[in-house]
Amino acid sequence: PCHLQDPASVMCYLAGVAWFMGLAFEPFTLRTYMSENAMGSTMVEERFPAGERALATGREFAAHKKKVGGMPVDWLVKTMQSRGLEVFTQSFTRKLPFPDENKERYMVRGTNVYGILRAPRAPRTEALVLSAPCSEGNNNNQAVGLLLGLAQYFRSQIHWAKDIIFLVNEHDLIGMQAWLEGYHHTNTTGGDWSPLQGRGGSIQAALSLELSSDVITSLDLVLEGLNGQLPNLDLANLFYAFCQKIGVLCTIQGKLQRNDWDTTSGYSHAAQTMMLMVLKQASGRPWGDHGLFLRYHIEAASIRGINSFRQYKTDTTTIGRLLEGMYRKLNNLLERLHQSYFFYLMPSLSRFVSIGYYMPAFGLLAVILLLRALDLWVQLGASPPGTEDGVPSSPGVLSILTPVVISHMTGVALYTLPILSQEMAVQHFPVSETEAVVLTAIAIYTAGLALPHNTHRLLQGEGTEEGWRVLKLVALLYLAVLLGCTALINFSLGFILALSLVPIAAFITPHTPKALSAAIMVLLSPGCTLLYCVFVFQELQETPVSLQDGWMLFLSVISQGILDHALYGSLVYPLLALLIYPCWLLLWNILFWK
Amino acid sequence: MAAPLTLLLIVAVTIRAVLFRSSLAELIPERVEVVSPLNAWKRVVEGLALLDLGVSPYAGDVFHEVSPLSIPLNESNTSIHPSIMADALTAVALYLAVKDYNKTVFRKQKYALEAERYPLDCLELIRTPKEMYYIPLKVAMFYLLNPFTILSCVAKSTCGLNNAVIALFILCTVKGSSLMSAIFLALATYQSIYPLTLFAPALLYLLQRLYIPVNWQRSSFWLFTTQYTFMYLGSLCVMVCLSFFLLSSWDFLSSVYGFILSVPDLTPNIGLFWYFFAEMFEHFRLFFICVFQINVFFYTIPLSIKLKEHPIFLIFMQIAIISIFKSYPTVGDIALYMAFLPAWNHLYRFLRNIFLVSVVLLACSALFPVLWHLWIYAGSANSNFYYAITLLFNVAQILLVSDYFYAYLRREHHLTHGLYLKRKDGSEATLVLK
Repeated sequence: PCHLQDPASVMCYLAGVAWFMGLAFEPFTLRTYMSENAMGSTMVEERFPAGERALATGREFAAHKKKVGGMPVDWLVKTMQSRGLEVFTQSFTRKLPFPDENKERYMVRGTNVYGILRAPRAPRTEALVLSAPCSEGNNNNQAVGLLLGLAQYFRSQIHWAKDIIFLVNEHDLIGMQAWLEGYHHTNTTGGDWSPLQGRGGSIQAALSLELSSDVITSLDLVLEGLNGQLPNLDLANLFYAFCQKIGVLCTIQGKLQRNDWDTTSGYSHAAQTMMLMVLKQASGRPWGDHGLFLRYHIEAASIRGINSFRQYKTDTTTIGRLLEGMYRKLNNLLERLHQSYFFYLMPSLSRFVSIGYYMPAFGLLAVILLLRALDLWVQLGASPPGTEDGVPSSPGVLSILTPVVISHMTGVALYTLPILSQEMAVQHFPVSETEAVVLTAIAIYTAGLALPHNTHRLLQGEGTEEGWRVLKLVALLYLAVLLGCTALINFSLGFILALSLVPIAAFITPHTPKALSAAIMVLLSPGCTLLYCVFVFQELQETPVSLQDGWMLFLSVISQGILDHALYGSLVYPLLALLIYPCWLLLWNILFWK
Repeated sequence: MAAPLTLLLIVAVTIRAVLFRSSLAELIPERVEVVSPLNAWKRVVEGLALLDLGVSPYAGDVFHEVSPLSIPLNESNTSIHPSIMADALTAVALYLAVKDYNKTVFRKQKYALEAERYPLDCLELIRTPKEMYYIPLKVAMFYLLNPFTILSCVAKSTCGLNNAVIALFILCTVKGSSLMSAIFLALATYQSIYPLTLFAPALLYLLQRLYIPVNWQRSSFWLFTTQYTFMYLGSLCVMVCLSFFLLSSWDFLSSVYGFILSVPDLTPNIGLFWYFFAEMFEHFRLFFICVFQINVFFYTIPLSIKLKEHPIFLIFMQIAIISIFKSYPTVGDIALYMAFLPAWNHLYRFLRNIFLVSVVLLACSALFPVLWHLWIYAGSANSNFYYAITLLFNVAQILLVSDYFYAYLRREHHLTHGLYLKRKDGSEATLVLK
């Protein structure tokens, strides 16, 4: 019945949003627990003593880095060798499709240095990785120092059953990508790197360490990886368990855990933490150097030292002990981490929401699309029956097919043209390459709005009442399947897109007031959703930005998205350009159906 | 009508040729939904290479194809791959077959109308030549432009070849050539056993064409049945013996038919077998293999009895059942029976859940690669997720087929008893399928 449709849809939408917001409420979440027996009850005594010496090594590293003006390869090789590791290097070069203005790089040339500590107690079929990036300026020197200190300490211990690989990677993710592809003999993104000379066993787990000060106040755990993939929850549990044991403050999304869940501020704190995770996951980019490991089925996380103005400080020896403990436990693993969850959201480090609890929020939104589609089907059935697959023979398949094809062509243009046309744009307009790419993308995106008029010019005759119904049915089903698949791979992305696209998909018809509907549609289009996400993200991180800065940030986010796709194979940009945007254009076509 | 068909063929070949040259051509043959161990092109190449080296292609566990059929495939360095030609051949054969069949149906309807055999309120069920005119073209289009067929063709799966043989068998049956029909049926059986169940509908159709009633007491019935059986078994025998003389060993029997029947390869596919047999205790295996395999053949007898007046619809039902319940199904098998759907256009008004079924089929087709990715590459999902989709996909197919079955019977019922049925007390009656 038609008159029940609208209230039912609105109810479903509100219920979906409410369900999602409820996920951060502590009684609805589960407490994290260690599922993996091998890491559970075994006693580990941490004895790492050499924090001061590690810091000294870090300072030495910094001095050499400054002298060479980049990665001090020779010094690193010598130092690692003197600590008893098998040391190898890998060089790589990479030309970015256009200059990366955030990190100021275009032609990237670098070297990864890694040392393997061979397992003394077992056949060397498995390995663990500890990595630290060699960053620009004065960052992460302490991380490299601690890595070398741990290498020396681990070398003297006899209980390692897995190879431990100590990796110092240059140019953060680009170096990591080169190393991982070299290690696994793959080449997915067309990088140019020298093959690895030495290898350990198959990598079971990896941690990436980022440490830029001698003492820290807290450790932040970063989980979000490429395409929103998350490591097994047990890795987070392990980190949390050791932070508790050793007494280090630990955070996730930079937010401490609070105990006052029953107050408004406590709830809003949890909600903010969870929404930060959702936004980061939805972006599909790796938020730390660990992010690329996940693609190879390796559980990985980044641990970031944070030094703020808090009283309570933790020294490097303690962090060393924490890492020692974690590696000792990982060393006990008998099989890959698989017991715990892979799909989860975390409102705090000790609480999580699993897939069974958060999927209904998405389901409630998706069901609106299906209800609408069913309703349209019934309406179409009431008018003279069509043929087999719902395409009525009278208005012609052509009037449906034309907008579908043209929308997708626009999508293909949005995907390919920005990078292809940068040279031309730079010659004719006073812009840099990066600006050219981003502005071309925005221009094509906006040009898509003119489509309905051009589509109609291609068609002879009037669009019928039945015609737009069929087109809307197609668009609804298309969107439902698309969002469903997206939500399975990356829940956050699927949910955010559903939040903005479901209302317009449900209510758009050619008979709604044109100007108002058009304004709403533009405001809820994928591009604008991205803009809101940028502002909300800044707001949640407690670094609000002005409109001007927000816009600049938005532009850089677009260029980062395109770069992530070209460099690491992130799928968000092609998904938005090739599928979501054409789908939105279909709805736009319906609004201007003549 | 030849011009649109030619145009369609050109479009279809172009799409395939473009895809063959794109990067997808390497990706698609790796998909488990598209190729099975039975029909993977990679395995055919391997088997032929072994044959060239003078080793039996059936040594090892790679090649499961009957050999003489694959040898012409060896000349694949021609510009048009045999799988494209097979698709075109299938489409043309189906086109001609459906065209001929429609003529027969229309003639029958005309006689019935002249004899005033239909109730008066059934006139809206009568099929008009106008709506029947485009059906053969639609059938060809449904086959050639079906994404399932295209995927299967780009993967160079030999499934397209099996489909072509079955399509030719249908064409010969519809044309009434019992010898050719028997030969192609034997060929199809020789390739993959299951088409064996098409024997009954073919026999029924040929009998009907010769106006021989299905009557156990009539000698003409027995004469023709014996004749057709003899032709069928004879040509099957010749083919099997040919295989033997080609390789001078009986290895192929266990390697092809044993492989199909005992399902040793449990690579996931869109069928129902792999998950069950991966989970099952070894000592139940034989029993359940019998149960699962009998399932394919089991429906033949009841369906033949129920549909003995409508053998072509029975062929459609049988092909659908085979492609759902066979041990290594691929999307190419589904494409064959889906090509027949336009031929049953007139049943549309009696279909009950076509919307639901098509949505589920669509969603499942999209979810297959997604869940495969989550299971195999991301490692975050597991086989249960993938099997759940397989199960749903097959349930939807079964619903689709049974929906068509019900609609067909219901239309026939209305044609004899009138469209607006009344109960004895005068209230409106509903039909229940029993």
